[in-house]
Amino acid sequence: MKSGSNLEKVLSQGRFAVTAEIGPPKHASAEGIINTAKILKGYVDAVNITDNQTAIVRLSSIAAGVHLYNAGVEPVIQVTCRDRNRIAMQSDLLGAYSLGMRNVLCLSGDHQKFGNHPQAKNVYDIDSIQLINMVRGMRDDKKFQCGEEIKQHEPRYFIGAVANPFADPFEYRVMRLEKKINAGADFIQTQSIFDMQRFEKFMDMVRRRGLHKKVHIIAGVTPLKSARAAKFIQQRVAGMLVPDEIIERMEKAEDQKAEGIKICIEQVQHLKTIEGVAGIHIMAINWEDVVPEIVEKAGLVGQHVPVIS
Amino acid sequence: MIVAQPKPVKEVADYIKECAKVLVVGCSGCTSVCLAGGETEAEILATALRILRKKQGRPLETLVTTITRQCDPEFVAGIAEKVSQVDAVVSLGCGVGVQFLAEHYPDKWVLPALNTVFAGGTVQAGLWEERCGLCGDCVLHLTGGICPITRCAKSIQNGPCGGSQNGKCEINPDTPCAWHLIYEKLSALGRLDLMLEYRPAKDWSKERSGGPRLVQRKDAEL
Repeated sequence: MKSGSNLEKVLSQGRFAVTAEIGPPKHASAEGIINTAKILKGYVDAVNITDNQTAIVRLSSIAAGVHLYNAGVEPVIQVTCRDRNRIAMQSDLLGAYSLGMRNVLCLSGDHQKFGNHPQAKNVYDIDSIQLINMVRGMRDDKKFQCGEEIKQHEPRYFIGAVANPFADPFEYRVMRLEKKINAGADFIQTQSIFDMQRFEKFMDMVRRRGLHKKVHIIAGVTPLKSARAAKFIQQRVAGMLVPDEIIERMEKAEDQKAEGIKICIEQVQHLKTIEGVAGIHIMAINWEDVVPEIVEKAGLVGQHVPVIS
Repeated sequence: MIVAQPKPVKEVADYIKECAKVLVVGCSGCTSVCLAGGETEAEILATALRILRKKQGRPLETLVTTITRQCDPEFVAGIAEKVSQVDAVVSLGCGVGVQFLAEHYPDKWVLPALNTVFAGGTVQAGLWEERCGLCGDCVLHLTGGICPITRCAKSIQNGPCGGSQNGKCEINPDTPCAWHLIYEKLSALGRLDLMLEYRPAKDWSKERSGGPRLVQRKDAEL
């Protein structure tokens, strides 16, 4: 075991992993996080905490991770390259590890243009692949990014990265995944999958390069709340593809929320059958209480035990 | 070249509101080429400032001159006589020009009439584009001649990120994704292997983060 995290255990034992995601609040209370943790506990193997997603100031991912951890749910702390340089990132990685964090997800981060401080200066001292390499180096080589030795208590994270099969150039996405694996990614969480055909094609390319045997690929899904939300994602969210059929299906539904859940369950059941998919990542931001229902109805309940008693 | 843009006239007028007589200095270098600070622009600005002040009932007197390069002490020294006659100097040079003037004439207020924007070039009449981030460690040999430092909104070195769609950057549907361009160029050149190579963290000490930089060459010394 590299990190000893619950997520690592589940994946390395070949069990189908289930992860969820929480976006921390735009205030200084952890109450909501703790309540959500109670809802998710027992249904998932780990929960991601976003790092100021869409560049909007929120309670920090590490602090939220600690609240989650204390509530008995294993966190995956997300780290973006937008707001911190390599000094701050490594410092935070040491601090987060000392607080019990064991999983980290490395991302570029949304550009600050999308957020509530578009006037901010972005950092991007290092990019997501360099971040993966840095976290791996701290663990495996016991070295800081500069090459200096970490003499004792190196942080031993289970290292996650993201893959977006719906971004372009499509042919490059598998190469980029390979770059992330070579840099040190242990697991991958994908962008939300709506275009199943394109994802199947992506996975086919992944298998041909044998990448699914080198890394655990967790497929991302997002339950749609309404046809309007689906259209918004289709038209306005960079790097996401929603086929028209899904929008039409949502529009025709009498109960759009129920239809969104139904579609999501079908997606999960389909994804389970794809060779090389090691788990499901459910991104139901601001709708986390729907996760247990999806997990149950997709037949994934029972295998997830609260990790921290 | 250094590409600059004129500041609003009212803003420049506000800088010199206490002055009765100013020297407006154009530059025949970069800011002239990008139509922001050459001889014509210097004359136009001086006229605009005079009209504005006349309207306010406090006429302004202006002298106008344009020098070969404001970033060259030799040319900057040549306008000493004119500088001595005014309350302030308004420069249509880039940020470098303003500073060279201010340094050479320490007793005089030197004010910028332009915002210096980037190092770039003219892509079509009336359109200038940023092309170089002056990072001090050029990587264009690895990227098919396309700069990821300036042309990628995140300056990433192992791109493209997950926000690249249909060849465009996530920040704007009109902005090409630099890494998409790099991918296509390397693909056309049969060098996609370069896209798979890991680019290590960049040494930013060679750019402005390392503090003000100097280039010193013994062979160029007199």
